[in-house]
Amino acid sequence: MIEGARWRRWVFFYMPMALFLVFLLFPFYWMIITSFRPDSELYRPWNSINYNPFWTTKPTLEHVRYLFEETLFSNWLWNTTFIALASTLISLVCGVFAGYALSRLNFPFAGSLGTGIFVTYLVPQTLLFIPLAEMIRNYKLGDTPWSLILTYPTFLIPFCTWLMMGYFKAIPKELEECARIDGASRWKAMLYIIIPVAIPGILSAGIFAFTLSWNEFIYALVFLSSPEQKTVPVGVTSELIRGDVFFWGPLMAGALLGSIPVAVAYSFFVEHYVSGLTGSVKG
Amino acid sequence: MGQVVLRNVNKFYDSVHAVKDVNLQIRDKEFVVFVGPSGCGKTTTLRMIAGLEVISSGDISIDGQVVNNLPPMDRDIAMVFQNYALYPHMSVYDNMAFGLKMRKFNRREIAKRVEEAADILDIGNYLRRKPRQLSGGQRQRVALGRAIVRHPRVFLFDEPLSNLDAKLRVQMRVELKKLHQRLGTTAVYVTHDQVEAMTLGDRVVVMRDGVVQQVGEPLELYNSPANRFVAGFIGSPAMNFATVTMMDGDGRLTAKNAGLDLEVPQIHAERLRGHAGRQVTLGIRPENLHVASESDPAGFTFPSKVEVVEQLGSEILLDVRVGTDTMVAAVDPAIRARVQDQIRLAINPARLHFFDTDTEMAI
Repeated sequence: MIEGARWRRWVFFYMPMALFLVFLLFPFYWMIITSFRPDSELYRPWNSINYNPFWTTKPTLEHVRYLFEETLFSNWLWNTTFIALASTLISLVCGVFAGYALSRLNFPFAGSLGTGIFVTYLVPQTLLFIPLAEMIRNYKLGDTPWSLILTYPTFLIPFCTWLMMGYFKAIPKELEECARIDGASRWKAMLYIIIPVAIPGILSAGIFAFTLSWNEFIYALVFLSSPEQKTVPVGVTSELIRGDVFFWGPLMAGALLGSIPVAVAYSFFVEHYVSGLTGSVKG
Repeated sequence: MGQVVLRNVNKFYDSVHAVKDVNLQIRDKEFVVFVGPSGCGKTTTLRMIAGLEVISSGDISIDGQVVNNLPPMDRDIAMVFQNYALYPHMSVYDNMAFGLKMRKFNRREIAKRVEEAADILDIGNYLRRKPRQLSGGQRQRVALGRAIVRHPRVFLFDEPLSNLDAKLRVQMRVELKKLHQRLGTTAVYVTHDQVEAMTLGDRVVVMRDGVVQQVGEPLELYNSPANRFVAGFIGSPAMNFATVTMMDGDGRLTAKNAGLDLEVPQIHAERLRGHAGRQVTLGIRPENLHVASESDPAGFTFPSKVEVVEQLGSEILLDVRVGTDTMVAAVDPAIRARVQDQIRLAINPARLHFFDTDTEMAI
């Protein structure tokens, strides 16, 4: 904490923090307030008498209703959930095993293989979608959820692998050695000892992977074309921006509803998540 | 049964020769302690017995069966690690039961054995707790319990007491000794603490740079160390060494240097006569020095100057200068000695050690 006079604490701690919070949270506030304002308020000219951009006097659920009744928003929500969960699951399984192998098994080229996996994560998606689109077309997966479930792991697996590698390295190797002396095979030692101890790491990798695939935009935009197949980020932007007309109310309502599941996931696992990032294992 | 035999065991890490040609027979029910400074290869040797390190060459056999290629789980051993290695997500009970579950014991037998071990170690009250809710000493007991429930042929201990505070360490040392007397299981124990080695071991193996220096009972190591390293490592405070020249004058052998002019007692004279005219290393333990009195023959005393006085209560440690050497003498606490005092010290003539200055081997 800041030492000394009270004003120092205000100047060097509370005020910078308040500024920071306003800067961070204002877009969310804007999103929320826009979602509940009637069109009559949203499109009122700035020089009218009762112009008030930061507050609403007549909150309405009209935009939410519009989303669910006039668009395929519920489809998009379901698609996003299914795709995000499936690709997260695939990536976690691969990432946990790969991370374990790279950090614990001494095989030739383990180090360079680890670096190689990391490098694939650095290839920008904006380049990778071109060859991937070709493959999706050849396997006739275009416009199905599988086009995303199978392509998201291209960036999720390297990510999970690296996170898990770091976590497994932090677990004392004596735990595993002890289990092996106790009568467990390498496989059982991993299953009964190492993976349960690594749960916080696995959870944080899972949450990250889920968020990344939930928010993903480019692949979803390229690989999905029919409205009922789309995910929330793509559906909202492509169906609610028509030409140069922005349907601000439903757009913001869609963004709000789309960010709630991620927020819930984060707050639910926040404790595990933090301990996963700081990598603390106490014997 | 639990007889462990090491035959010409070697370990290489790339180009580093960590363990060199170790030969050792550990008898059934014996408590053998490996001791040496860090990096001497003692832990590596233990890990090879456990099956956690591959043996580069040589054989290790347990009860006559060569176990070189046997995985740790099939060697019927139990190991206690320095950091305890308790499974953090399991209760104390499950920690102890894990090895039995893996070996498919039935539930009733597991409960019986865990309770038995908990009884022996006095941890019955913590069985439902998680390791992080236990103190260091309690964790140590759980780690021991996990080893003894299995009734293995051999216990392996890798510096199990070094994470405990000094008082607890002494207490656990006694308990380990009692435990071994009670169970009678063969034990191999690694430590860098010579006091643990002396107090626990039926036999002690002193290692340095991957080479076994001496194997013997604790008192054997103390009384007749095989070389200068063992002499300096065993005993506290450490043995004093001084380089002296052996002089043979009219049948009397004397050891001389800048500060010493000692008559070599008759019992040592015979084997040292061959070294007359050459330099040897003289070793005197601090406890074999005392402040000279009238009754000490002049040939067994030498002058010294006190540099530091360390009061321990039961004795006084005097750091003294003798010629160009410094020595430590453990003397009677009644002695009133002050820094800068000139005092005469006397040796215990039966308790002198001589080492070849070049080979460092005992003469």
